[in-house]
Amino acid sequence: MPIKQLTVFLENKLGRLAEVARILKRENINLQGFSTTEARDYGILRIVVSDSDKAREALKKAGFTTHVADAICVGVEDRPGELLQILDTLTEQKVNIDYIYVIAGTRIVLSVPDIEKAEKILVEKGFRVCQ
Amino acid sequence: MDLEFWNENVELMKREELDKLQLERLKNTLINVYENVPFYKKRLDDCGVNPYKFSSFEEMGKIPFTTKEDLRLNYPFKMFARPLDKIIRIHSSSGTTGNPTVVAYTKEDIAMWGDAIARQLFALGLRSGDAIQNSYGYGLFTGGLGLHYGIETLGAIALPVSGGNTERQIKIMQDFKPAAICCTPSYALYIAEVGKEMGVDFSGLSMKAGIFGAEPWTDVMRMEIEQRLKIDAYDIYGLSEVMGPGIACECTFKNGLHISEDNFIAEIIDSKTQKRVPKGKIGELVFTTITKEGMPVIRYRTKDLTNINYDVCQCGRTHARMAKTIGRSDDMLIIRGVNVFPSQIEEVLMKIKGIEPHYLIVVDRRNYLDYIDVWVEVSEDIFSEKMNTLEEFESSIEHKLYSAIGINIGVKLKEPKTIKRSEGKARRVVDMRKGEKP
Repeated sequence: MPIKQLTVFLENKLGRLAEVARILKRENINLQGFSTTEARDYGILRIVVSDSDKAREALKKAGFTTHVADAICVGVEDRPGELLQILDTLTEQKVNIDYIYVIAGTRIVLSVPDIEKAEKILVEKGFRVCQ
Repeated sequence: MDLEFWNENVELMKREELDKLQLERLKNTLINVYENVPFYKKRLDDCGVNPYKFSSFEEMGKIPFTTKEDLRLNYPFKMFARPLDKIIRIHSSSGTTGNPTVVAYTKEDIAMWGDAIARQLFALGLRSGDAIQNSYGYGLFTGGLGLHYGIETLGAIALPVSGGNTERQIKIMQDFKPAAICCTPSYALYIAEVGKEMGVDFSGLSMKAGIFGAEPWTDVMRMEIEQRLKIDAYDIYGLSEVMGPGIACECTFKNGLHISEDNFIAEIIDSKTQKRVPKGKIGELVFTTITKEGMPVIRYRTKDLTNINYDVCQCGRTHARMAKTIGRSDDMLIIRGVNVFPSQIEEVLMKIKGIEPHYLIVVDRRNYLDYIDVWVEVSEDIFSEKMNTLEEFESSIEHKLYSAIGINIGVKLKEPKTIKRSEGKARRVVDMRKGEKP
């Protein structure tokens, strides 16, 4: 089962990320991890939270453009070579990764074109895929 | 559908009779201004036109144009053709760039204005018993009171809501069940947006028509408004210097705005040579009032660009139709030598799926070169977690703008509600070269 990852459109200007964090705190939503990608004048914020529906509702109400997408979440140990194992497994099966980031609890979030297939590969190889 | 007319004799008048009526009324108007407005007496004497012997449209072509500057120089009351005890209303422009322009109406002028608009509302199927929500601003601006008197002359129910307080506008729409709304097209879109947020289903409301004007808008914008508000959207044209709204308005065929030709003579000129262009060609619209008494204007240059179609309309009305204006020549931007109208940009943007109908054109000069950016808000329809979706969206708009207009226009994606919503005339262009700020 893929996890729900919430995406927020942010203009590249002072205080916008803080505004997102403030809303999550106000709603008592735990932020488990995030990544940002930036273009010229704007960025995309991807977050994994304790309650993505509630977070989305609150952010929408505050005027943010949001999107929910599936992503794979894999638990890893905090030691050398853990990332490489995942990458090798996916590379072997010719699965290209669109983006990847780490969230709290030593978990890696990644997205690929065919999430179901990649998840199956990882489970079969014994990786700890989180929900 | 059986067509009905407010004033069949006038609306279906044959071209020859209409010409005759116009010439006769023009002559009376020239006599009026010759006798009562020193500015026009001098003008007519200088160009050698004797109003008492005036006889043809060719002769009319000899009279110099009246400009906004002329009205400003005669601020406030020097253009009036009637003593103040005959004037019952004065309107005025905001005067952001100098002295405001002032216009005056006699009792008869107000009646004529009301009748001209009543005729247009009637043509759109509105009748007594219909409530019409008038969300144009009431005040010195001609929009609010102009429509108001038109609605009352029609015998319909005026709801003088004026602009602003959008949630209340929507409540009135739900409770008073108006058949139509009048406001600027940009405010109509804002009402639609607020209504959507409030969970209003516009298809369940009673509104059938919208009468929108006071700013240029494109046919694609019309489709957007019609689809969002579930109404037929009609264009009404006017400018305060000539009368206000109601100089021209569309009929249900939406194929040009019928000019109220029994009250106004329209000409199209080449802005540069100041000569009349051949019939049907695009140029600057020039109006002469032929029934107004309090403050007639002779050959007033509107700076609006359009063309006029003299064919009889499908609705049977003979009064000529002006095309939706492309915009004011003042609004034209010159970017690296290319003429760009904001309406051209709107046309491209509104055809793109997923784009919100709110945009801002920002012009700036960087390293001695002019640049245009268009601000567009990112809606959930186009947003995903992938950066390249947004980048492709951006570049596809840039590409479409380039193919339509021929210069590079940058697209800046913005968060929702970044672009200021308008309750009156929308501000679509920010020119940072003139020190304006978005």
